[in-house]
Amino acid sequence: MKILSFFLIVILFYTSSVLKADELDKRNNITKNLRCLVCQGQSIYDSDSEFANSLKILVDRKIDEGLTDAEIYEYFKNKYGEWILYDPKLNKNTYILWFMPLLIFLLGGAIIFKKLKKKHN
Amino acid sequence: MKNKILPFSVIVIFGIIFFIFYKGLEDSKIYTPDVNIKKEIPVFNSKEFFSGENVKSLSIFELDKFYLLNIWSSWCVPCRQEHPFLMNLNLDNEVNIIGMNYKDNLKNAENFLKELGNPYKEIFIDLDGTIAIEWGAYGVPESFLIYNNEIIKKYIGPLNQELVNEINLLIK
Repeated sequence: MKILSFFLIVILFYTSSVLKADELDKRNNITKNLRCLVCQGQSIYDSDSEFANSLKILVDRKIDEGLTDAEIYEYFKNKYGEWILYDPKLNKNTYILWFMPLLIFLLGGAIIFKKLKKKHN
Repeated sequence: MKNKILPFSVIVIFGIIFFIFYKGLEDSKIYTPDVNIKKEIPVFNSKEFFSGENVKSLSIFELDKFYLLNIWSSWCVPCRQEHPFLMNLNLDNEVNIIGMNYKDNLKNAENFLKELGNPYKEIFIDLDGTIAIEWGAYGVPESFLIYNNEIIKKYIGPLNQELVNEINLLIK
């Protein structure tokens, strides 16, 4: 009986620590994707400002409430605008940001293609 | 003719890129959230500043009245600057000023009010700064003009005479 309860405690301890580690990973992931409004340019994860520290507490609370990553991002987006996210969605303000690399890539490809074709001929 | 198309398009594209970056230089690099968005006020629970009793946001803000929620702290220097303006705003009694004491030491906060006066109808405490985030604030001082449980206008930074005049116009 003693052995059984010992194993039960070990298993319980193990599963709870795995759960805690998962939550910590999730929290770190989310705070790395949120920008600090006080130390602009730093993520919430990196910043130690009063604002960032409070935001970390709130992220923990939202995870405890069972919100998904997307719901947590949406929550902060509603409070502070799209800017707080490091991963901006495609809209009229960000389409240059999204399509410029593709445009430059296509242009570069066209130049290389032309040059190679010329050389071949 | 064919040979000229490529250099021409390269120049045009670099011209566009230059224009975008040049325009980008003129923009402010410091982001501030939109202050004119009308939003419902958040629902929250907190503690009353003097008595320490639990308070609910629903019991603070009544319909058909103007409220100015002011986030302040005794350690915040700009809060000292704006405090006389809050005291003046309170004289007319047309707007109820509600205080949110942000991440403060209660003793220091009480001394702050003793020294400079208390313009607040009610004060609640935000010890860990999470209620301020619920409001969409990110520092002290910040103020929110509220009517019918809706934020009409948000003021980031200390209030001054110009902003007080604006508030007086809005609540008339």
